[in-house]
Amino acid sequence: MPRSNDVQPEDTIHRGPPVTVGRYGPGKRLNHWITASCLILLLLSGLSMFHPSLFFLTDLFGGGQNTRMLHPWIGVVLFLSFFIFFAQLWRANLPNRTDAQWVSQIGDVVNGHEERLPEIGKYNAGQKFIFWGMAFFIIVLIVSGIIIWEQYFGEATPIDVRRIAVLTHSVSAVLIILLFILHVYAAIWTRGTLRAMTRGSVTGGWAWRHHRKWLKELAGRGRIDPAE
Amino acid sequence: MDSPRTAVSNPPVQPMESNLTQRDLVRRSATSELPPPDRQLTPVAKLIDVSKCIGCKACQSACIEWNDTFPDIEENVGVYTNPHDLTENMFTLMRFTEWVNPETDNLEWLIRKDGCMHCADPGCLKACPSPGAIVQYSNGIVDFIHENCIGCGYCVKGCPFNIPRISKVDHRAYKCTLCSDRVAMGQGPACAKACPTQAIVFGTKDDMKKHADERIADLKSRGYANAGLYDPPGVGGTHVMYVLHHNDKPHIYADLPDDPKISAVIEVWKGVTKYTGLAAMGLAAAGAILHGLFGKANRVEPEDEVSAEKLVEEAEDLREGA
Repeated sequence: MPRSNDVQPEDTIHRGPPVTVGRYGPGKRLNHWITASCLILLLLSGLSMFHPSLFFLTDLFGGGQNTRMLHPWIGVVLFLSFFIFFAQLWRANLPNRTDAQWVSQIGDVVNGHEERLPEIGKYNAGQKFIFWGMAFFIIVLIVSGIIIWEQYFGEATPIDVRRIAVLTHSVSAVLIILLFILHVYAAIWTRGTLRAMTRGSVTGGWAWRHHRKWLKELAGRGRIDPAE
Repeated sequence: MDSPRTAVSNPPVQPMESNLTQRDLVRRSATSELPPPDRQLTPVAKLIDVSKCIGCKACQSACIEWNDTFPDIEENVGVYTNPHDLTENMFTLMRFTEWVNPETDNLEWLIRKDGCMHCADPGCLKACPSPGAIVQYSNGIVDFIHENCIGCGYCVKGCPFNIPRISKVDHRAYKCTLCSDRVAMGQGPACAKACPTQAIVFGTKDDMKKHADERIADLKSRGYANAGLYDPPGVGGTHVMYVLHHNDKPHIYADLPDDPKISAVIEVWKGVTKYTGLAAMGLAAAGAILHGLFGKANRVEPEDEVSAEKLVEEAEDLREGA
């Protein structure tokens, strides 16, 4: 069998019963939650400076001056943690032919008719879209963010560049927040998904229903823990 | 009298009420519903006649003294402009330009006193995200309220004249106040008071325009056909105006903008982006919550679990057989 991008070191079937499937190891989960915490803090502090009606959110950070000071540093932490995550997962998120099929049948996806869809590997096209979208906007945000980081880079670039950067930063922030809402919503709507990022595993049924190709591949390679 | 009419006279000796208070605000940064002021102060203006300026820098000294700032001692790099730029401790700066007039082949020494122009449509105030950090009074003065400033530098991006400076010490923005604290008590700005040639004068905006007309007529009579008043309409006019002997090309005066206006990028950022962005995020969040509560979730069925068990068993059998 050719080497698959979909199978990662910690992906293992646990016999159970009931059958569970390891999806994320402790390192990845910790990293995911560091990234998630940073994103939420950035969202709150950033929105406080985006619209006057949300300025009260600066109180969460100890006032406007502290919010202004903290926001970029949280961004740096998010950038680092996300790109560790990125390095580990990008291969599994490379697009393939099944993705085009999945997108063309988006109606079946939304209506929960997964039996009509082709078998999916570790990630479906929607998950890949979120992955690459996050990666793209995080790069745009860190670059534009550094340009407008007044404390250290205030005059490092010409004023026209800084004006474009501040607009780009705002627009990208809005788009990444929309992506974030989609990500959280999809994780909750697809019941049984959250435990992949808390306990690190999903039920066998979840893997069968949503990522059957991945499950079959694990089984076919004998990535099965001995019965307990 | 609600606004001082000149900077030359001594201050009134009788006690007077400070006249630049919260109730005189016509604009307040990041504040949508500001109650209209219950009175209109007479608009004031500072008029800088560059043709009368002798470059003595008394205005800079007076500014430093009144505002109690301490600009750094810098190195002389061979130009008269000193310090090298506006800073958080230097709110006004004489910019010296050596310009050869192509028509006469004469060297003209242009000296422009740079500083906040107090725009009627202030870009700094439009860009500012912090409620009340930038205000505009009904007499036209645009002022930074430092205790509300968060040091983000948005005002720098909003300003068409490159005026605000952010302190590296307290991370707050600084610029010329048009001596709002003096004007509030019936006195003109310190720079105008100190100017030995009356190149800087202060009074009501109407008076200053009339005075400028006389100066322009005089300059024209002496051969400066393009002399004129710099009161740029792109920012709604300004409360600091120049009399320029070459008003057809303001840029020769150390890059004074020919037609200043708030950058279109800033208008998009603080206009459509702010409103549609907030609406899009709000709708998406509300939609997700509502659909999450009332929509049908995608659940794993018991037969999915059975199929998975079967798959794993078969795989095990296959391996044991092998």
